[in-house]
Amino acid sequence: MATLPRIVITGVGLTAPNGNTLAEFRANLLAGKARIAEIDVRHMGKHPAGVCDFDATRWQKRKEIRNGTRVGSISIYCSREAIVNSGLDWEKTDKSRVGVYLGITEHGNVETENEIWNISQFNNDTKYWTHHHNPRTVANNAAGEVTMNMGITGPHYTIGAACAAGNAGLIQAAQMLQLNEVDIALAGGVSESIHTFGIYAGFKNQGALASHVDPAKASRPFDKNRNGIVISEGGAVYVLERLDDALARGANIIAEIAGWCINSDATDAVLPNPDRQAECVRKALERAKMKPGDVHIISTHATATSMGDIQECIALRTVFADCPRTKINNTKSYIGHCMGAAGALELAGNLPSFQDGIVHPTINVDDLDPECAIPGLVINQPVSMGSVDTILNNSFGMLGINSVLIVKKYGIA
Amino acid sequence: MNKDDVKSIVLDIIRDIAPDEDLSALKHEVRLRDQLTLDSMDFLDIVMELRKQHGIEVPEIDYPQLASLESCGEYLLPKFKAKGK
Repeated sequence: MATLPRIVITGVGLTAPNGNTLAEFRANLLAGKARIAEIDVRHMGKHPAGVCDFDATRWQKRKEIRNGTRVGSISIYCSREAIVNSGLDWEKTDKSRVGVYLGITEHGNVETENEIWNISQFNNDTKYWTHHHNPRTVANNAAGEVTMNMGITGPHYTIGAACAAGNAGLIQAAQMLQLNEVDIALAGGVSESIHTFGIYAGFKNQGALASHVDPAKASRPFDKNRNGIVISEGGAVYVLERLDDALARGANIIAEIAGWCINSDATDAVLPNPDRQAECVRKALERAKMKPGDVHIISTHATATSMGDIQECIALRTVFADCPRTKINNTKSYIGHCMGAAGALELAGNLPSFQDGIVHPTINVDDLDPECAIPGLVINQPVSMGSVDTILNNSFGMLGINSVLIVKKYGIA
Repeated sequence: MNKDDVKSIVLDIIRDIAPDEDLSALKHEVRLRDQLTLDSMDFLDIVMELRKQHGIEVPEIDYPQLASLESCGEYLLPKFKAKGK
């Protein structure tokens, strides 16, 4: 097989509940600062949620915001910021060679629930149903709004991959770049899920919705007293290019995509399968031509559900049984579960470790669950590794979709 | 209620659906689309808000009657009066 082009990350744009730039996000991760609010969920009362406070008017007209969706605004903000961060001359960039690949967990629930509520105020007469419904709810909405805002005429679509979507967006983009379908890719994951009560009700009735008197402590992966997921919104979009193109324009190379895998449990709709997760990790390592011990940081997916965290720990114990240098962390403890954005944001939070050599900790672990006591788990205080060369990012989702992405510092063999 | 009142109602709706537009120098006799960035979805917004806020129905065949602020006033005034306003 011919050697495929190497793919690198040259820009990052994000909005997380605790930061609207990578620098702000990283500073809060190193300082142990979670930011979880309490919001009023329709029909359900107050619940903890990760809420983003980026300024949508920075890149959108008010009419665009009004006619579009929340996830559209998140996607546009992250994409625009990623391009700025990349140093690309956007005016001179051939927009027909730019692709947009955004991972989503779900889409359309927010707008559909809003319209059902709207027509309920008019005796359920559907003549009051908004004509904006279809453009707002088509599955490509998030990526499509980016292309309209930025004048991109290359391909765009979303990748529906439950909570594995953030990695899936990046993987899709890497593949399209390797196939020479595009020259620049805007890729990652996005979510607006805090605005739909259906997600809250579903998790609550599944026994998987977090609660805590202090919202900032509600998301507590690996803690014995964890009680479920804190739903959050957010997004992280990356600029990806072929290495040769990035070098030719003198780009700042943030990381190189080293390997990946997406596979399926084919066993249960909600209960993860550690055998398939371990297999996914091994295949990603194989593609990256790495051994388990080569991984310096594992960014876990753990969402703070009782079984999900344990299943992932079983998988990690299996693959990384004898890897004393490998450190393990979790970012949902700060920002909750950003659904389609989770994998992309959690990767972003770890990327600065290539420069500072520090692993941010998993916070809110007051009483470590023995079943989650995996070697290398960084708890409550950052750990300095001296140098970090590789990050393995786990992101798993319902219907048994697993995604693993490995990135490495550019210049590492 | 008179024609100016109706025009004021339509202006309030336009202000809401086109919040980036400067409406201060809008010419009443000139087509709205020639003065503002309004597309077909925006006109449907005007129709929808007349329905939701005021119970006024504008059949599709009459959409051209909403072309300018002046024509809105002339066309909609009898409908508002029929509502007892």
